[in-house]
Amino acid sequence: MGEKLLQVQDLRVSYHTYAGEVQSVRGVSFAVEKGETLAIVGESGCGKSVTAKSIMGLIQDPGEIKPGSRILYEGRDILKMKKREWRAYRGEQCAMIFQDALTSLDPTMRVGKQIAETLRVHGRAGKAEAAEKAVELLRRVGIPNPERRAQEFPHQFSGGMRQRAMIATALACDPKLLIADEPTTALDVTIQAQIIDLMKQLQRELGAAIVLITHDLGVVAGIAKHICVMYSGKIVERGTSAELFYHPRHPYTWALLKAVPRLDLKNKQELATIEGTPPDLLSPPAGCPFCTRCRYCMPVCKEEMPPDTDFGGGHQAACWLHDPRAPKVDAPFVVRKEAGGI
Amino acid sequence: MKEKEPLLEVRHLKKYFPAAGGATVKAVDDVSFTIYKGETLGMVGESGCGKTTCGRTAMGVYPKSGGEALFDGRDVHKLRGADKLAFSRRAQIIFQDPYASLNPRMTVADIIAEGIDIHGLAQNHAQRTERVYELLNMVGLNKEHANRFAHEFSGGQRQRIGIARAFAVNPDFIMCDEPISALDVSIQAQIVNLLVKLQREMGLTYLFIAHDLAMVKHISDRIAVMYLGTLVELTESERLYDKPLHPYTQALLSAIPIPDPEIELTRERIRLEGDIPSPVDPPPGCRFAGRCSRTCARCRRETPALREVEPGHFVACHLV
Repeated sequence: MGEKLLQVQDLRVSYHTYAGEVQSVRGVSFAVEKGETLAIVGESGCGKSVTAKSIMGLIQDPGEIKPGSRILYEGRDILKMKKREWRAYRGEQCAMIFQDALTSLDPTMRVGKQIAETLRVHGRAGKAEAAEKAVELLRRVGIPNPERRAQEFPHQFSGGMRQRAMIATALACDPKLLIADEPTTALDVTIQAQIIDLMKQLQRELGAAIVLITHDLGVVAGIAKHICVMYSGKIVERGTSAELFYHPRHPYTWALLKAVPRLDLKNKQELATIEGTPPDLLSPPAGCPFCTRCRYCMPVCKEEMPPDTDFGGGHQAACWLHDPRAPKVDAPFVVRKEAGGI
Repeated sequence: MKEKEPLLEVRHLKKYFPAAGGATVKAVDDVSFTIYKGETLGMVGESGCGKTTCGRTAMGVYPKSGGEALFDGRDVHKLRGADKLAFSRRAQIIFQDPYASLNPRMTVADIIAEGIDIHGLAQNHAQRTERVYELLNMVGLNKEHANRFAHEFSGGQRQRIGIARAFAVNPDFIMCDEPISALDVSIQAQIVNLLVKLQREMGLTYLFIAHDLAMVKHISDRIAVMYLGTLVELTESERLYDKPLHPYTQALLSAIPIPDPEIELTRERIRLEGDIPSPVDPPPGCRFAGRCSRTCARCRRETPALREVEPGHFVACHLV
């Protein structure tokens, strides 16, 4: 086991709205080792982005991190940090890449200057040196003609290049933890492949840990060491990438894996879908949140939240099917290792 | 199989836009294809390759710069008056962005029934309401939704409203312009299943534009691959994936992520360097030459024509 860089313990985040308290994240715990990639996978609204924002300290009113939640970075609880300490942590220790690069970059500032600004704010370089280093960073993330490109504005960049520029900004202070919130969702497949390759390469070179947040299991397969599957504010299954893809244990993970379009499916054959919608987190159900959409639902599922069952090697799933009293159910399919290749 | 009857024939279609400084953006440059009745033609390519512009020009939304688009034998761009109205009933579009394509000030019933009103398809108000309920039911919503506004719905539900609107006028042909790109994977599957089911029930013809190749393969009978305003390959969907001939198609297919860690970690990707180049006054020769690993002198000199290399398999490459 590697050294723990980040530990999230019983994280609970709520948003106070007119309608009441929306419990976006309901007790999430996970750990990230130094230099590893952890993926958090789930549908829109499952709380994965809120989890990411909590780690970066970006939860603002009307959002609230509930008392009792702990986020330990190298052993220190970041939720108890003072404003000055936050500034040192955010950007220098931990940086974030957002989904929408166009709205995350300042449209009125030249790209090179935005990157240099990060270095200047953190006192890493003087004006001239920062400008030089910004060009260097752009070169490192694979932008051609970085000297000229640094003088341009974000709207002159293509989608893939903007994403690269944002990665360059995030890397400016050599953070140890990189949080990537849907970094490839808005991009074409070819550009998506480039960005994923770039992230892998940078991770090798810099040794930073990555928390990758996405709804696309296909993207995760090639990069993540560990995967957490989130559903309605809870982690329902976690394990190594191989365990999750080859021996998934939770019906929600089964459904997610089946919904991914595969090239080996027959033409126009009906795709597996997940019927229904996730529960309303204004009044989350007492039982398993997936029970209304689950074909294996039992009476107990509606009443009580299932505990995590341990399958060894860190593989856990929260489902009553794994209780010794439950009927034996086989996974509805086996993910064949040879499937899907071209 | 029955004799294939063409529904939409696109011949040497061109669409140029003027750009700053007297330059020309050749968004669609000499594209030809035919869509037969009852089939789904998929159209794939990266952002900015002109697939939406091509579809919209073929539908007569944009005036063309050259070539022609024939719908049931008649030139789409020359239709006027009653003929044009009739065409707009027969051919519909489902748009990509379910947020921007629904009027926020209209109720769902009015959005769906707009086409019914324009084409006078309902005799009276009761019939109109009845039809709206039927359409809502068909796309998996219910009649309580009729008097709500678009902002009250999720992305997947909005896309269903967009589909109901397109189906309201009993069209023969629907252009689906990236109808699933803005949605979650599980919702994408629902929408695709719905489109396939409706096609089967009503014998519709689709032009399905997308950049998600796995989904396109699933829904399409034939697939056209577009690159920078031109078609580079066109064939049956199974064959395109089994035996892609154009280097661009090969690279595009190898970029699809596979939900299987072992394959992902071991397989070799054909890497495409850089972005799609600018379509402003493109240089002569093959448009893909700048990013292709097999470029030769001829590629930079001569533009390859789309030719049939085996029955039903069209490729535009000098090396094939």
